[in-house]
Amino acid sequence: MALDKNQIAKRIAKEVKDGYYVNLGIGIPTLVANFVRDDIEVEFQSENGILGMGPFPFEGEEDPDLINAGKQTITALPGASFFDSALSFSMIRGQHVHLTILGAMEVAQNGNIANWKIPGKMVKGMGGAMDLVASAENIIVAMMHTNKAGESKLLKECSLPLTGVKCVKKIVTNLAVLEVKENQFHLLERAPGVSVEEIKAATEGDLIVNGEIPEMIL
Amino acid sequence: MITKTVSNVSEACQGIKDDMTLMLGGFGLCGIPENCIAELVRLNVNGLTCISNNAGVDDFGLGLLLKKHQIKKMISSYVGENAEFERQMLSGELEVDLIPQGTLAQRCRAAQSGIPAFFTPAGYGTEVAEGKEVREFNGKMHIMEHAFKADFAFVKAWKGDTAGNLIFKGTARNFNPNMCGAATITVAEVEELVPAGQLDPNEVHIPGIFVQRIFKGERYEKRIEQRTVRTK
Repeated sequence: MALDKNQIAKRIAKEVKDGYYVNLGIGIPTLVANFVRDDIEVEFQSENGILGMGPFPFEGEEDPDLINAGKQTITALPGASFFDSALSFSMIRGQHVHLTILGAMEVAQNGNIANWKIPGKMVKGMGGAMDLVASAENIIVAMMHTNKAGESKLLKECSLPLTGVKCVKKIVTNLAVLEVKENQFHLLERAPGVSVEEIKAATEGDLIVNGEIPEMIL
Repeated sequence: MITKTVSNVSEACQGIKDDMTLMLGGFGLCGIPENCIAELVRLNVNGLTCISNNAGVDDFGLGLLLKKHQIKKMISSYVGENAEFERQMLSGELEVDLIPQGTLAQRCRAAQSGIPAFFTPAGYGTEVAEGKEVREFNGKMHIMEHAFKADFAFVKAWKGDTAGNLIFKGTARNFNPNMCGAATITVAEVEELVPAGQLDPNEVHIPGIFVQRIFKGERYEKRIEQRTVRTK
């Protein structure tokens, strides 16, 4: 069975280590916060200006002056801080944030990523994504393996305008966990019940399968 | 003490003309200068270039100016929440310069601090880098970005005093502090305006030297864009 969005988030949560400052993008990445082990110390940064982001507020306690980068109402945890946008991106470009988790429309086998524009159709903008991917040491992409038309999103080369070059290290999709290195996708884990053949068929880029590929443990 | 107070929004916006370049603080609808935007709509100034992270929603924030076609050009990082914006952009009625969010913040900050240009890794190898000087530092590629030049900066703070000192609240801070002093004239609207001496100098986020005009906003709607809650 291919994973749903929550299961993708759950798998990615295992990559979050004790002491990490983590930036979560909009969409599936936001869900990761729900699955991080509670016996480790982690702080979530939202690039609009909060470190120590907490869960959504209880109904009636929403504060219009307290939102995340997805413009959703949130809360601040004990130890949280607020700051301006320049300082926020000092945290990001200055590599003080340890892990960036974001979504993508396409990822290429050289680590290129495209997620901000479909020429002539959709232009939402890059927001903080270009700063994040240009700077983060550790970038995990959370996305579906294929698009709505069933076409692979793991490509030899990106066809859409790029967000960043040679920056993606790891991808977690509804079908697999993959590492990007040496200009190839390397299959690390399969979603439970999903075969290597299914993953191969859904991957347009070069896919390296070394030995027995274990199923993900969720 | 040098007094920065003006009596109301229309005095605060004096000198605004067609074809000017304006900076407007805020992230989404959070921390936007609501009263100044309403005044810009009332003044019906046209041909504006607006530097702002987002473009509001269809019926609030900068969306109000867009609807009346008062904006010629937007410089933003993310514009996903505004259907009218997308329509005007795709039809070519509106000129749009999309730039990385950190670059947007830093170009404000550079203008504020007298730094004409800087190098950043953000956007290297993408269409954002087209036509820009590229240099390698410490084995990594960077592109040169310039400080903004703007006529007015409109910022929203939580509290301010008559000397123009500002304190922001929560994530309504965002781009507001970075835009103070980044334009020829900085106008700050605040929810609470107190006499100088009543703010603790230790808690001031932006010193009054960066602000030319300050006034208490008459009305704040503070609309929430995405109301998300959990159940008890």
